[in-house]
Amino acid sequence: MTSATTMAWPAPAVNESPGLPRLLPPGALDLDGHVQAYGALCYSGAPRELIEEIRVAGLTGRGGAGFPAAVKMTAVADRRGRPVVVGNGAEGEPASHKDRHLLWLAPHLVLDGLQLAAEAVGARRAYLYVHGHDWLLRGLGHALAERSAARWDRIAVEIVAAPPRFLAGEESALASRVGGGLALPTFKRPPVFERGVGGAPTLVQNVETLAHMALIARFGAAWFRQVGTAAEPGSMLVTAHRADGDSLVSEVPIGAPLAAVLDLGRQPVQAVLAGGYHGAWIPAAQAAALPLANAALRQAGASLGAGVLAALPADRCGLAETAGVLRYLAAESAGQCGPCLNGLPRIAAAFSALSRPGAGRRYLADLERWSGLVAGRGACHHPDGTVRLVRSALAVFSDELEWHLAGRCTAEPPAGDLGSAGEPGLAAVPFLPLPAGDSGSLMPAPPRHGWR
Amino acid sequence: MAVRLRVNPITCAGHGLCAELLPERVTLDEWHYPVVSGEPVPPELEPLARRAVTDCPALALLLERAR
Repeated sequence: MTSATTMAWPAPAVNESPGLPRLLPPGALDLDGHVQAYGALCYSGAPRELIEEIRVAGLTGRGGAGFPAAVKMTAVADRRGRPVVVGNGAEGEPASHKDRHLLWLAPHLVLDGLQLAAEAVGARRAYLYVHGHDWLLRGLGHALAERSAARWDRIAVEIVAAPPRFLAGEESALASRVGGGLALPTFKRPPVFERGVGGAPTLVQNVETLAHMALIARFGAAWFRQVGTAAEPGSMLVTAHRADGDSLVSEVPIGAPLAAVLDLGRQPVQAVLAGGYHGAWIPAAQAAALPLANAALRQAGASLGAGVLAALPADRCGLAETAGVLRYLAAESAGQCGPCLNGLPRIAAAFSALSRPGAGRRYLADLERWSGLVAGRGACHHPDGTVRLVRSALAVFSDELEWHLAGRCTAEPPAGDLGSAGEPGLAAVPFLPLPAGDSGSLMPAPPRHGWR
Repeated sequence: MAVRLRVNPITCAGHGLCAELLPERVTLDEWHYPVVSGEPVPPELEPLARRAVTDCPALALLLERAR
């Protein structure tokens, strides 16, 4: 797995739609380059004006939940009290690189969006919440200094470092951390938009969502809708892990053929993971015919999530890969809620047992019971997302599961090559990226671009 | 006004008093954490439900309006 993502310019064939990519310049843009590429930042001049344009544009959140951005902004603007705006760039998902990629290449687009969102909801405090990796903090600090020197921003932006944990970007964990507490999910009553950072109404938007806002403010809703589908307009950033081991961040129109984004057909693929580690597996044949849009993915039991896609090569064991991810997810439980604390490690252990040939069928009954016991019983959606992955893996890899129960793994390496774990079916290096013990490895090296 | 029980899963420490007081609405899972029914609490059970809420050692049980 390549750790640093690669970006082509002009972008690959999937980007044949006019004007794409919109968000990803070929190299990191400083403020001058940013103004040349996109034009100057234009404030609307009045609160709420941009919200209407965003509503017409049909922009949805790009952090995973896909909630309509204008609805969220209106809810915050309607509250009494001075709101706070937070750009969420915490990308705890090990398989996702798109947010850090965007923050490196086009920091000013994100920061423009943050200012505009603050103006739209009437906020006087703004934060950018990102993983505290040196190269990223340096780059963003540099960008903020440029804006300060040019008197570009109306309100100051404070950068807050997120710990390198899977759940650090969860909305209530973010509100807690930005407010000076721990980056742990809270019991969201009242919700974050009502009482978030320091008790203020808080607008949390993913950094890619903010970048889209910065462009909608410049070019308008009709321009935004020139790509994408009528129901799901615009473009989106994806992190695509192709079967040949290549990972890349690219910007695609929503509705683009999934097969093109993942370059399916080049080598045998058995299944596609859509939506990341809280997402779902789809059989390869079914995935190859799907457009990259929630309307289609939901019918296949999946969703776009934060744009993470992975094509599992045919010679990998989907059960072993899923087991590795489940062990990671169990370890990433905040450990605050009894059902998640108790259930996730048991689910991961039972799934790991089934991922090895010759496991007993009783583990299946345990898995089903525990999955039912944890779903919907956490303060956040971590148990729900984990169970979604479990259920889709058991369904999509059901044939392989029968082989395992019968004592064989079809992905077993040739005799004598047992992999580092010394167990058949477990490849030396998992296909799906996971941090290697040390949580610092969640953050790879910066994209291969320098400051200009 | 119909009400229903809800548990704050973060503050809940699995004491289990709620399940003893109100087995009609609360059972314990295999790790002794409460599984709370989201059904509205009928008026005849409301006094017991309120007692379960006030007696919870972790103050993790809530009564809220059923939507």
